[in-house]
Amino acid sequence: MSRERFVARHQDDWTRLDRLLCELEAGSSPPQADHVLSLYRGVTQQLALVRHRRLGLDLEDRLNALALRAHQQLYRERHGLWGRALRYAAGGFAAEVRRDWRFMLAALLLFGLPFWGLIAAIGIEPDLATSVLASEQLAEVEEMYSTPPGSGGRDEADDLLMFGVYVWNNVGIAFRTFASGVFLGLGSIFFLVFNGVHLGAVSGHLNQAGLSHNFVPFVIGHGAFELTAIVLAGGAGLKLGWSLIAPGQRPRTLALRETARETAGVVAGLAVMLVLAAFLEAFWSPARGVAVEAKLAVGGALWVAVLAYFLGAGRGS
Amino acid sequence: MSDALDIYRLLETPEGVELRLPVAGPAARALAWGIDCAIRGLIYVLASIVLGQLDQVGAGALLLLLFALEWLYPLVFELWRGQTPGKRFMKLLVVHADGTPLGLSAALLRNLLRFADFLPFAYLTGLVSMLLSRDFRRLGDLVGGTIVIHAASSSSATSEIPPAAPLEPPLSLSHEEELALVSFAARQAELSEERRQELARHLGPLAEGEDPVARALSYANWTLGRR
Repeated sequence: MSRERFVARHQDDWTRLDRLLCELEAGSSPPQADHVLSLYRGVTQQLALVRHRRLGLDLEDRLNALALRAHQQLYRERHGLWGRALRYAAGGFAAEVRRDWRFMLAALLLFGLPFWGLIAAIGIEPDLATSVLASEQLAEVEEMYSTPPGSGGRDEADDLLMFGVYVWNNVGIAFRTFASGVFLGLGSIFFLVFNGVHLGAVSGHLNQAGLSHNFVPFVIGHGAFELTAIVLAGGAGLKLGWSLIAPGQRPRTLALRETARETAGVVAGLAVMLVLAAFLEAFWSPARGVAVEAKLAVGGALWVAVLAYFLGAGRGS
Repeated sequence: MSDALDIYRLLETPEGVELRLPVAGPAARALAWGIDCAIRGLIYVLASIVLGQLDQVGAGALLLLLFALEWLYPLVFELWRGQTPGKRFMKLLVVHADGTPLGLSAALLRNLLRFADFLPFAYLTGLVSMLLSRDFRRLGDLVGGTIVIHAASSSSATSEIPPAAPLEPPLSLSHEEELALVSFAARQAELSEERRQELARHLGPLAEGEDPVARALSYANWTLGRR
């Protein structure tokens, strides 16, 4: 069959498919949407014919483009986003964290050992704090916690500013901790240890300066979400890096992709935790007119809730 | 057609036909990124002029906006229709490696990994990864299982093959040679006379001293079955 007759015979189908695809791509569902399937099958067949009979590259490109667009309409991930997110929060998140407990434990140690180690060391040798942080920085945090939370000069406008700071800063840190795990886990290790050292030095110094009665009530509430989330981000990053070190019987690129898919939910979950933490840190932790005892009690309860969630939720399914 | 030269990812569909995904290279993607940067910068500047009037509250909102522009802008746009405004301008599309539209976890992962790709500066890691991998994939693409392709145009017209007296070539041509002849004939309208001559001279002895362009058209017509 000549090229002209071939084009003339199928031109109407191609135009029809193109029009249907345009409507589908624009988000509407035309009444004859069912026809896309049969038209697509026709186009794939015609594409094979065009190639076999060498009817020209331009025709081939055109049919290839048409078939590709139809393919994208016919084969796609279905996502009921909210339903899936709710079910995930109800237990899937905790279950996935427990599944990766080895990596999470490693991340906890990488963060916790420098943290508690420095607090203990500064308790014995107070000058150690100055070798981690500049003395101006130390003076600054001392100044910040020289009064109980909620009694300083902060007002509501400052709270809003700090909410922005915490979201920008903390969620960003967690995302970077995860993403840099792709370099054989080294980036995650760096961020975990770095944050452990930094926070350990600040806490140890405030402890030593006798200000922990101001500091602890402030950090205990949001810390339950914030510190946990940083550890989870590090754990997910370590898992990502480990898939390159020990891919098993898969090519490394495939191992990386499959492992990444497994960690995607945890990363989304910890991002939500960090926004929650930023909210608490901006509006609850510095709240005025709340007794220090109440902040300690609520903070303690949040820690218990977070730990109980990750240890217990989602065990049934 | 040489697959070594053309940059396609081949995709075998369940219908048994092979689709070709035209993979986008670093240059087009860098331009799209540049456009996105300009858009984000503009939004940020405009917002800071307005929010700058509101001291603390405005500064907080500005930081939230900065977070949204850095982390959420590419994620939301790519989830919505597979392309950021910059990619839309450059007619690029992000899809799964199997050609299907981008899903949530892939979009999340490829955009989180931007941080790693950016290191140490200006997407150097991403560029190295693109040059070393098949299909120009940066780390985010490898981790998310995605590729960036040139979006299929909605309708490209097929041009007419100019009719000429069909003539059987003196020797039997290979598949690629026939395809080259037909494609040359189909592109007549877009070529200048000089370029036509230049291309047709490749016929060499097959033109036998005749006008090579006319000869090529005759062979093309014969190949297409006009006898």
